[in-house]
Amino acid sequence: MAQSKQKIIVVGNGMVGHKFIESLVTHEDASQYSITTFSEEPRLAYDRVQLSAYFSGSTVDDLMLTTPSYYDEHGVRYLVNEKVIGIDKDAKTITTSSGLVEPYDTLILATGSFPFVPPIPGKDQDHCLVYRTIEDLEAITASAAESEVGVVVGGGLLGLECANALHNLKLTSHVVEFAPQLMAVQIDEGGGALLRQKIEALGVSVHTGKNTSEIVAGTERRYRMNFADGSHLETDMIVFSAGIRPQDALAREFNLTLGERGGIVINDHCQTSDPSIYAIGECALWDNKIYGLVAPGYSMAKAAVAHITGGDVTFQGADMSTKLKLMGVDVGSIGDTHARTEGALTYTYFNQPEGVYKRLVVSSDQQTLLGAVLIGDTSDYGTLLPMMLEKMPLPEQPEVLILPAVEGADNALGVAALPDSAQVCSCHDVSKGDIAAAVADGACDVASLKSCTKAGTGCGGCVTMMGQVLNSELEKMGVEVNDHLCEHFAYSRQELFDIIRTKQIKTFADLIDQYGSGMGCMTCKPAVGSMLATYWNEYVLSDKHIHLQDTNDIFLANMQKDGTYSVVPRIAAGEITPQGLITLGEIGKKYDLYTKITGGQRIDFFGAQLHELPLIWQELTEAGFETGHAYGKSLRTVKSCVGSTWCRYGMLDSVSMAVLLEMRYKGLRSPHKLKMAVSGCTRECAEAQGKDIGVIATDKGWNLYVCGNGGMKPRHADLFATDLDDATLLQYIDRILMFYCRTADRLQRTSTWMDNMEGGLAYLKSVVIDDKLNIGEDLEADMARVIDTYECEWKKTLQSPERLKRFAHFINSDATDDSLAYEPDRGQNKARIASKSMAPPTDAERIPVTIAK
Amino acid sequence: MLAETQIQTDWETVCQLDDITPFTGVCALVGEIHIAIFRVSDDKLYAIQNYCPFGQASILSRGIVGTVGERIVVASPLYKQQYDLATGECLEDPETTLTTYAVRVHDGSVQILN
Ligand code: SRM
Ligand SMILES: Cc1cc2nc3c(=O)[nH]c(=O)nc-3n(C[C@H](O)[C@H](O)[C@H](O)COP(=O)(O)OP(=O)(O)OC[C@H]3O[C@@H](n4cnc5c(N)ncnc54)[C@H](O)[C@@H]3O)c2cc1C
Ligand code: SF4
Ligand code: FES
Repeated sequence: MAQSKQKIIVVGNGMVGHKFIESLVTHEDASQYSITTFSEEPRLAYDRVQLSAYFSGSTVDDLMLTTPSYYDEHGVRYLVNEKVIGIDKDAKTITTSSGLVEPYDTLILATGSFPFVPPIPGKDQDHCLVYRTIEDLEAITASAAESEVGVVVGGGLLGLECANALHNLKLTSHVVEFAPQLMAVQIDEGGGALLRQKIEALGVSVHTGKNTSEIVAGTERRYRMNFADGSHLETDMIVFSAGIRPQDALAREFNLTLGERGGIVINDHCQTSDPSIYAIGECALWDNKIYGLVAPGYSMAKAAVAHITGGDVTFQGADMSTKLKLMGVDVGSIGDTHARTEGALTYTYFNQPEGVYKRLVVSSDQQTLLGAVLIGDTSDYGTLLPMMLEKMPLPEQPEVLILPAVEGADNALGVAALPDSAQVCSCHDVSKGDIAAAVADGACDVASLKSCTKAGTGCGGCVTMMGQVLNSELEKMGVEVNDHLCEHFAYSRQELFDIIRTKQIKTFADLIDQYGSGMGCMTCKPAVGSMLATYWNEYVLSDKHIHLQDTNDIFLANMQKDGTYSVVPRIAAGEITPQGLITLGEIGKKYDLYTKITGGQRIDFFGAQLHELPLIWQELTEAGFETGHAYGKSLRTVKSCVGSTWCRYGMLDSVSMAVLLEMRYKGLRSPHKLKMAVSGCTRECAEAQGKDIGVIATDKGWNLYVCGNGGMKPRHADLFATDLDDATLLQYIDRILMFYCRTADRLQRTSTWMDNMEGGLAYLKSVVIDDKLNIGEDLEADMARVIDTYECEWKKTLQSPERLKRFAHFINSDATDDSLAYEPDRGQNKARIASKSMAPPTDAERIPVTIAK
Repeated sequence: MLAETQIQTDWETVCQLDDITPFTGVCALVGEIHIAIFRVSDDKLYAIQNYCPFGQASILSRGIVGTVGERIVVASPLYKQQYDLATGECLEDPETTLTTYAVRVHDGSVQILN
């Protein structure tokens, strides 16, 4: 069997090489191929597109696109740190740097490209670096630590990204560009000028039209760069980012056809001049073009897999339009940005005060869109790109496409007008039709679309448009899409929260009087109850608030299937004294309650009847226990590992931190429940990366992870900040949680909240760490009020005979609910209910709120 | 014409109006039957069976009261079906209708017609 397998060798395990392998091993005929891949780099494929995230806290692991175990599972052989140096086309073998000779039936060259360093005398000294691999970034970081000034040579896309990185590394940063403007390939002069202004405003100096003639020793700084025009610039380090060149050395040496200016020539099947050798990704030249983006590379990988396996997908070129955020500046470039097409006409909108520049390039008959440049506001990108690609007819006055929406004028063409073939996500080649199909199959929020179509999971640039398509599809299906809380309030949760805050509203009655209609319902009442509680933290069972609460909150316990309740005392961080355990045991025994350790490190009693709740809680509070809020949309547990007090690996005292967090945030009412965890070291025994807030100790302090969860759709938390001291950790968590309370939709966990937020993690960081919205202190003050006004709801309830009256099954009798029955199971009670003929749960809680804007 | 006395004995007092916080419900035992009584404004009351046929438990008095369009409803605390308090009809499944009971306030007492 093994002999008959086709041997495929993939040279280069970069983004595209890996994509090829992934597509082949998941192909139905995968078993017919045996794959070996060689990587010159010391690791398997990682996400080069997100490389800069490495500077802002992402680890190598975060960037990895695959793992050794994935390759092992699929029988892929891989050799890292192993460069392929020879090809014998006749014998069909390759040779590697360590002398291995390997036979192939099919050879795939996916060798990518290398950074071009202009031949400037002095370019080979220390602290003269490039920006392509993880090792490059490590070198840049090391050099930055010994430098104060940094220069990036090259004002293109990558150069600006690199300048941003230097800026963030706290260097005085400069960009030196040969051309007279920034991003000369992608945008026009006007756009370049505005971009320059914006970037200079951020503190990065831009020097255009500069041709570096030599790099010599400096007088004030390490080096001096002399320019052809006689001027000079002193700097401590230089990063060259002056373009890329296809890595075609193998093809050159072993006689595969190359383009005039390099690049391995391929046909539509990605075959080179030798039909058993394919080239894909940035090393390949198709129709005399090199594609320096990952999406076309992925398309090539698919075409090669198709050709090898007998499929019919071919590579047909790709569009190079891009939309990105450079140093916080939105930049969009579509098609013929320079109006080079014969007879092309342009429209320009320039709003200097707001820093917005938009330019349309249209055909001479003004019927079709040829290109566009968008700086400062790329919200039209999603509409314009498909218009250009699909050659859709332009509106009569094309300028309405870029003019700002003025009251009364309806200029938005909207995604509804797009054909199904319009591509929404270029990273994963997902069309509008694919998304519509997923919506028809039941996906009704962006998060589920991401998981079933993969759209939006690459660069993330298409997420806004996904949201628009989602809403327009839902609308078509007759689902009303607006962000109104419910029929009683024509406001979103976020808007209502702002109203409560700014108008200082304290009761549901006042809110619905002034801003709503009707009586309220099971959707708005608990939601408003929760917001009032977040903001004012008043006793939830007071007359004015009690009718807002779900049954669980009304009785401060969780209703079980038979109408009885569970009792969950707080056991902060899972730490409990033996005496505490004995007391709990005695109470459970006395009331004959089914007893279980929960998945949240505490103890749950089940089967308590309404009238028993106060009796049980009386005993619990006397023994020093407080409510665990298992019933509330509020902080549940802060799980902890044992940490440095006992564990031989513990870096810090995770239990103390977990207790601190649990005591600080207990009682905080939030849009959905909150879970946290603290681990004492990276072994992560507390599973902090599966929580809304996760904290992991390192030898330098705490690492903070945010917006993870388990449950229906597990999501790993994202690293938010590293090496924090206690005070900063608490400050960040205060801000994150209060910002979540203010801006999330109802019943939206932190993960979906962040994923739906424009800008996602980076935006959240800018709000919390950089205090971009200037609300940091405000958020902290709101949190301080919640913390200061905490009281145990059970303790308070027990003090009020009025309140306790509610805790009886009947208002007019001491009898208990005679419909309850139990049967023993493994020595404890188990609820018994007649066989169910239950209609499917309506599960109103799970209907997502969609964003209609 | 019915005798005065007859009417009076048929109305059974179950609690005082003040015992029911506005916009919430209580459960009363009338004979063998569990009846949920809701106070939806200062003195407007509704009574329906307390047993939820979907959740199969005696719990409706503990649901949230609100409106859907013009209809005043309670949502089952177990699986969130909504019942029209005036007619007992289940909004999600109009085939299912709960028993409703006559209820009134008399001299501050809440009474059910037995
Ligand atoms: C008791 C417990 C199961 C157990 O016996 O271990 C439990 C029980 C319930 N869970 Fe849970 N969950 C329990 C730990 C968890 C965990 C594990 C954890 O916290 O580490 C998870 C996954 C982690 C997470 O949430 O990220 C979990 C994910 C859920 C979910 C799904 C949430 C999601 O975002 O997908 C729900 C449904 C919901 O909240 O809408 C849920 C809802 C519920 C409810 C409230 C369902 C209900 O409405 O009746 C259950 C009632 C609890 C009660 O009556 O006391 N429970 N639940 C655990 C109580 C922990 C505690 O001490 O408070
Ligand atoms: C900082 C940065 C930001 C970027 N941002 C974007 C973006 O926003 N959007 C976008 O679309 N693209 C972006 N790109 C470009 C994108 O990363 C590339 O298009 C993509 O990585 C190309 O994939 P590839 O597999 O062809 O090449 P690579 O990912 O470079 O992989 C080639 C691999 O082959 C190895 N190799 C080469 N020769 C040999 C040999 N002889 N033997 C063994 N191994 C060999 C190399 O070491 C390398 O690991 C960015 C690139 C960088 C550097
Ligand atoms: S996470 Fe680390 S410190 Fe905590 S118990 Fe596990 S190994 Fe020990
Ligand atoms: S376009 Fe990059 S993720 Fe969709």
